[in-house]
Amino acid sequence: MSDLTTFRQEIRDWLNDNCPESMRTPVTQEEQIWGGRNLRFPTEDAKLWFDRCVEKGYCVPDWPEEYGGAGFSAKETRIFKEEMARLNCRAPQVNLGIWMVGPAILEFGTEEQKREHLPKIARGEIRWCQGYSEPGAGSDLAGLQCKAESDGDDYIINGSKIWTSYADHSDWIYCLVRTDPDAPKHEGITFLLFDMASEGVDAKPIELITGETHFCQTFFDNVRVPKKNALGVENKGWTVAKRVLQFERNMMSDMEASANTSGTTPRSAAIEHIGLVDGKLADPVFRQSVVRHEIQKRALDKTQQRMADEFAQGVGDMSVAMILKYVGTEEEKRKYELILKIAGEQALGWSGEGFSDAELQLTRDWLASKTHSIAGGTSEIQLNIIAKRVLGLPDAAGK
Amino acid sequence: MSLVFNEEQRSLKDTARGFVQANSPVESLRKLRDSQDSVGFSRDVWGQMVELGWGGIIFPEAYGGFDFGVKGLAACMEEFGRTLLPSPLLSSVALSGSVILQAGNETQKQELLSSIASGELLVSLALEEGVRHNPVAISTTAVRNEGGYTISGSKTLVMDAHVADQLIVVARTAGQPGDHDGISLFLVDAGAKGVMISKTHLADSRNYARVTFDKVAVSDSALLGEAGQGFAPLDRALDVARICLAAELFGGVQEAFERTVEYLKERKQFGVLIGTFQGLQHRCAHMYTEIQLCKSLMMDALSALEAGKEKAPALISAAKAKISETAELVTNEAVQLHGGIGVTDELEIGFFMKRARVAQLLLGDAHFHYDRYARLEGF
Repeated sequence: MSDLTTFRQEIRDWLNDNCPESMRTPVTQEEQIWGGRNLRFPTEDAKLWFDRCVEKGYCVPDWPEEYGGAGFSAKETRIFKEEMARLNCRAPQVNLGIWMVGPAILEFGTEEQKREHLPKIARGEIRWCQGYSEPGAGSDLAGLQCKAESDGDDYIINGSKIWTSYADHSDWIYCLVRTDPDAPKHEGITFLLFDMASEGVDAKPIELITGETHFCQTFFDNVRVPKKNALGVENKGWTVAKRVLQFERNMMSDMEASANTSGTTPRSAAIEHIGLVDGKLADPVFRQSVVRHEIQKRALDKTQQRMADEFAQGVGDMSVAMILKYVGTEEEKRKYELILKIAGEQALGWSGEGFSDAELQLTRDWLASKTHSIAGGTSEIQLNIIAKRVLGLPDAAGK
Repeated sequence: MSLVFNEEQRSLKDTARGFVQANSPVESLRKLRDSQDSVGFSRDVWGQMVELGWGGIIFPEAYGGFDFGVKGLAACMEEFGRTLLPSPLLSSVALSGSVILQAGNETQKQELLSSIASGELLVSLALEEGVRHNPVAISTTAVRNEGGYTISGSKTLVMDAHVADQLIVVARTAGQPGDHDGISLFLVDAGAKGVMISKTHLADSRNYARVTFDKVAVSDSALLGEAGQGFAPLDRALDVARICLAAELFGGVQEAFERTVEYLKERKQFGVLIGTFQGLQHRCAHMYTEIQLCKSLMMDALSALEAGKEKAPALISAAKAKISETAELVTNEAVQLHGGIGVTDELEIGFFMKRARVAQLLLGDAHFHYDRYARLEGF
């Protein structure tokens, strides 16, 4: 047996022994563990599972052990995720610390910053939110205006951020601020970390088409932040910001699996609402649409696997990663539109009698899928990036 | 089960690329077409290919092959697709060779495969009877008589039949068109009495023929595999050829795409490079994403086939379907984005579109393979 085969067996055994049965079911919105100062567990099992994972560093399996991770290699991490998926284990916790700012701190942070922040993320003690977009800076993110003025060893922050997910439940924010208003727009930005409990911070929820309110607009009124809280170099925050956006895009292409909390797939909807005759879906047009979706989804999964294999063989190409967010989120939208057509009225229920919880959730999932191709860089921005960086097509100035 | 060609396969692929770029650029196909060449491919190039080992690339060493596997062949086919190389590699090796390998007895394999590998023998598969791929819609009959069978029927889209030494005929010894049972495979001499081969000229300037069998008498020894049980080995062989053809098509798609992107970096209108226009950039970027997805499905299918996975046939259908759809998208866009020059015969981009449509159709188009995928999935 190879080392990896042994490793896989060990992980499988550990998960079998340690993941409570109730933690092997699809997680609902309410039961998702986000971590943070106000962390409450919905069940005893959720706490048990969380504590066991924290102890082993399994919330961040690929981080070094000294910062609270399990120190797994890329291959080991992949195996770990596969085994988690095989048993349908819930993620012990999910948050922007794990997905985004943690990896950025690992890459750009000082030793002091790593020691201060990473273990708290790994243990789910601090919940992070992201201060990127502004009312006037969406796709043109680098046009952001939220300013940080120097005052001795501190910055004074004034301005506003929008689409700060769960800002009203978060403990810390990683925030892009303008530290040099006179520099070209990409060169006067600093990547700043600060406590949401600081004086002058106010977060107001925004209601979305789904009816949910987890996005906020966040206001900063003379918020004082120590300069040592900058991640990376002052005025060079755009480099860090772009890296974090890559993490976000990779994460969002994975969203499809975790976002579909109703558990409905085009195939399951088709079998339920149209039905099989002699093992064949009774409607040939829907049958082809469903299969087309399944193949596209498999192609996306296999693209991620192929990238890993290519890097393992020394022939990797980061260009391929550029497609994941665009393909993943666009296909997710097509998937829900297809389910809507198949399930008809039952996929459009908003509230009350006549609809199961899963069906009501499905309506929300459909609407939520619209946000994913906008957040974290719209599909159009993704296509711009592919055209310019991968295909080398010239920009408007003819460069 | 790695989704990447290994070092040996990458080296084969490089060799294939170097070979066709030097010996058979698209211009060669144009010359064959314009001179109305009766063979339709270069025997000289095919001779060199055989010498370099491509004739036996997927056959076991015991039968005069080199045992590089279907993955190795597919890696080469991708490169051959980039220059639209016409050769009997698909018809005689990937398709007929695989049928013999899957259905033949030891003697047949010994005799035929090494001759195919050495290029002495060209074999074509006479399968299709309708306008689209359908391996069970067989009404050609093989009637049992003393010491043999009498074959009657008409076939179409028989690749390279006009130069074949032998034909493998898919005929029915029992059942009705549409049945899986009752299909049998026969080796028939291309010059046998009652065989009539007439070459058809399709848009891709490659070689196909319609073949009629008028009471063609064959002996029992002409039977490949068991009478009436030919579908299973045939379908396995078709799968090998399907993924090889998909790889060839995919090579052509990439070439057409890359040429188009390069053109956008050269062509000026309104005083600027047309590649600066976002409307065109997004179309190219979208095509790039589709091409990447195709590659993943192709590698997925090849890996499953190599590992003998039960799901391999479904994955081959997934790859052929997706690559066929992407081929339609990309070759149409390639012509459109070249503008006026794109619809001229002078520019080679049209050759890629013409080859793509035929290759999409051959061995099952997207519609056929979506249906097959669903059927294999029990859906």
